[in-house]
Amino acid sequence: MKNLFKLFSIIILIIASNSYSFAAEKVEYLKTDWSFKGLFGKFDRASLQRGYQVYTEVCASCHSMKYLSYRNLAEPGGPEFSEAQAKAIAASFEVTDGPNSDGEMFTRPGKLSDKFVMPYDNVKAAQAANGGAYPPDMSVLVKARGGGVDYIYSLLQGYEEAPSNVSLDDGVYYNKYMYGNKIRMAAPLSDGLVEYGDGTSATLEQMSKDVTTFLMWSAEPHLEARHQMGFKAIVYLIILTVLVYFSMKKIWSRVESEV
Amino acid sequence: MSEKKTKRRDFLFTATTAVGAVGAAAVVWPMIDQMNPDASVKALASTEVDVSSLTPGNTLTVLWRGKPVFIRRRTQEEIDEARSVKMEDLIHPEKDEDRAKNPEWLVMLGVCTHLGCVPLNDKGDYNGWFCPCHGSHYDTSGRIRKGPAPWNMEVPKYEFVNANTIKIG
Amino acid sequence: MSDHDYRPKSKVGQWFNDRLPLLTLANHLTDYPTPKNLNYWWTFGGILTFCLITQIVTGLTLAMHYIAHADMAFESVEHIMRDVNYGWLIRYIHANGASMFFLAVYIHIFRSLFYGSYKSPREIIWILGIIIYLLMMAAAFMGYVLPWGQMSFWGATVITNLFSAIPLVGEGIVTWLWGGYSVDNPTLTRFFTLHYLIPFLILGLVVLHIWALHVPGNNNPVGIDIKKPSKDTVPFHPYIVIKDGFALLMFMIVFAFFVFYAPNILGHADNYIEANPMVTPAHIVPEWYLLPFYAILRSVPDKLLGVVAMLSAILILAVLPWLDTSKIRSAVFRPLYKQFYWILVADVLILGYVGAMPAEGLYLLIARVATAYYFLHFLVILPVLGFKEKTLPVPLSITEPVLGGSPNLAAARNKESKIE
Repeated sequence: MKNLFKLFSIIILIIASNSYSFAAEKVEYLKTDWSFKGLFGKFDRASLQRGYQVYTEVCASCHSMKYLSYRNLAEPGGPEFSEAQAKAIAASFEVTDGPNSDGEMFTRPGKLSDKFVMPYDNVKAAQAANGGAYPPDMSVLVKARGGGVDYIYSLLQGYEEAPSNVSLDDGVYYNKYMYGNKIRMAAPLSDGLVEYGDGTSATLEQMSKDVTTFLMWSAEPHLEARHQMGFKAIVYLIILTVLVYFSMKKIWSRVESEV
Repeated sequence: MSEKKTKRRDFLFTATTAVGAVGAAAVVWPMIDQMNPDASVKALASTEVDVSSLTPGNTLTVLWRGKPVFIRRRTQEEIDEARSVKMEDLIHPEKDEDRAKNPEWLVMLGVCTHLGCVPLNDKGDYNGWFCPCHGSHYDTSGRIRKGPAPWNMEVPKYEFVNANTIKIG
Repeated sequence: MSDHDYRPKSKVGQWFNDRLPLLTLANHLTDYPTPKNLNYWWTFGGILTFCLITQIVTGLTLAMHYIAHADMAFESVEHIMRDVNYGWLIRYIHANGASMFFLAVYIHIFRSLFYGSYKSPREIIWILGIIIYLLMMAAAFMGYVLPWGQMSFWGATVITNLFSAIPLVGEGIVTWLWGGYSVDNPTLTRFFTLHYLIPFLILGLVVLHIWALHVPGNNNPVGIDIKKPSKDTVPFHPYIVIKDGFALLMFMIVFAFFVFYAPNILGHADNYIEANPMVTPAHIVPEWYLLPFYAILRSVPDKLLGVVAMLSAILILAVLPWLDTSKIRSAVFRPLYKQFYWILVADVLILGYVGAMPAEGLYLLIARVATAYYFLHFLVILPVLGFKEKTLPVPLSITEPVLGGSPNLAAARNKESKIE
């Protein structure tokens, strides 16, 4: 029994250490308190709503979010805008629809069921507009980067003057958290770039945290449901395990053998 | 003493089995529910239709939730015909006034209530619709008059958003 | 076997059972005499059955929503994660379930290695097990391709390119596997078909595996043949059922932890980037459970020989019953083998570790030494050990603390029980 646990933990440790060795590219990421971490982690609604504002006012001019729909903004576990707010947000976007009965495409105001409008028609157009670099889709970006939220949070605040031994081409910037330190995106955020409706002061740090929280939600929209269900499931399993353990003891007491 | 023991053992086994069964049932539900309409399907519940180009005596067919919806702009004759029918003559008695709030406009699911085929326009013995699959005849109000279908064609929830636009769903 | 005499009590039961002896089978399974000294290492057979069923059920439900098309696969997986009712739960169970399945199968295999469960008369059970393991690897690999992320695409490219190592026909075989000139939509659709098929092949083989097991009965920690049924055995139900159930629940707690609190820790971040044939990720690594073999592949500097070494590392297991010359089954009575066993465990863990590291410098050296040792263990140490090792005296039965002493006696008992 003891051996079993030992082997279990050895294997899990090895797996964990392996995945960590990829996650950390030897740079220490900036740390902050994420409300969604831990057994009962939940999103900070206000932060999600501010994060959406940063995304839509800053990031969305280059980065698509093609797997999200406007209805998601009003769904439980997310920013939880009211349905009316989400409808108003959707309606503020022009959506291409069609073809109509004349065979023509037309534009109309967005509806809740529409996907987030993309800044470019296709990857080639995005590349052409950004000097050949494709601004990645942000829907699952947090899960697609080794360092996850810490990496994104740090990257947004990681712009620096390039050290003298590094030469940068035009349109390339120095970021101390970027893999290889060279990034094609200019520093997207700066103090006071957006004006928060709830009076929160829009510092670089605050905006980075808010938009990263928003990206975490967009990558894992059911995170809260998962944490809640997980807790219930594990408590249930422990109770059943205890019951089965005593049943087993009872049953095996009929034969003279150690369990 | 031994009786007491048996009782306690029985209780333990019953409790274990019961708790286990509850868990098993809880696991089955997600596997069943995943086949229900998902969030993206539910979000498409309503659709808006521009009916400005529809002239009396014509029908527009639009797709709503994957099914055809007939929007008929009825002529005065059709309305009179539908409203003069006696309730006793109907298989599924419904007043035309209840089916078409605005008598000029009839909006209904273009699905035969027999086995789900799409009836043909301006056909059949009652100048309404005729289902070619098994020969059900509907009148100018979309009510079943002859044939195997048990009910009238269903009127979905709809409203006029403005004079030219109908919102279905 | 006594259960052939079973007759249902009710008339209906008898009528049915005379025509299809399902009740006889059920009776055989519940009454099946099992050694009473089986420890928790023996519970992984039941756990593996649970894993297989879980993968099949979650896989079937996922297949109802997944779209096997290069342009839509990634999107359909996101659709499952976002919109399908409980889709995220089902997908995370399926993805982590693969890892849990391999965790369990490795423990199962190493239990067999420790207690000599592969030895006569259980060679067929063992070989069936190795075939199941090979099919599991194929199913897992093809399943990993289906989300059509960067690791899916490049993993598929690298693994299918292994076949190009075959002289003369290699290139042709790779093109045939792909159905094109690169990994693309035809590759995805055929992988989906095979990924759907293989679990049912595994299920069939599992039935054979258990059937073959029920002929000689379970091995046990002492590794001796026992009389069945006897004081040494207990009926499968309820004794083994409840014990397997307890172990399964412990296993499920670990499983649930991964699913609910660390669902992506065993996967690679790059697989959340949609497949792009123009860009290869910086590190290509297989899933953790394939890493030891990946390390063996990379440790050989020649393309063809690397592939041969990797395949041999798995296939060598199939002839293990004949490589191990010792008459004693359980490592409990083989003091030297026990030490070599733990060295092998460490060796495989080291191979797994270096498999995840870049193939250069010290890591490469370690991988080469560990690969050489792996083969040394099976090809030299095991055969020699059977002749040289001084084993400890083996008891005659589980309940009676009488020492039988020599392996010949155990063999004699073996014959005796066969006659019965």
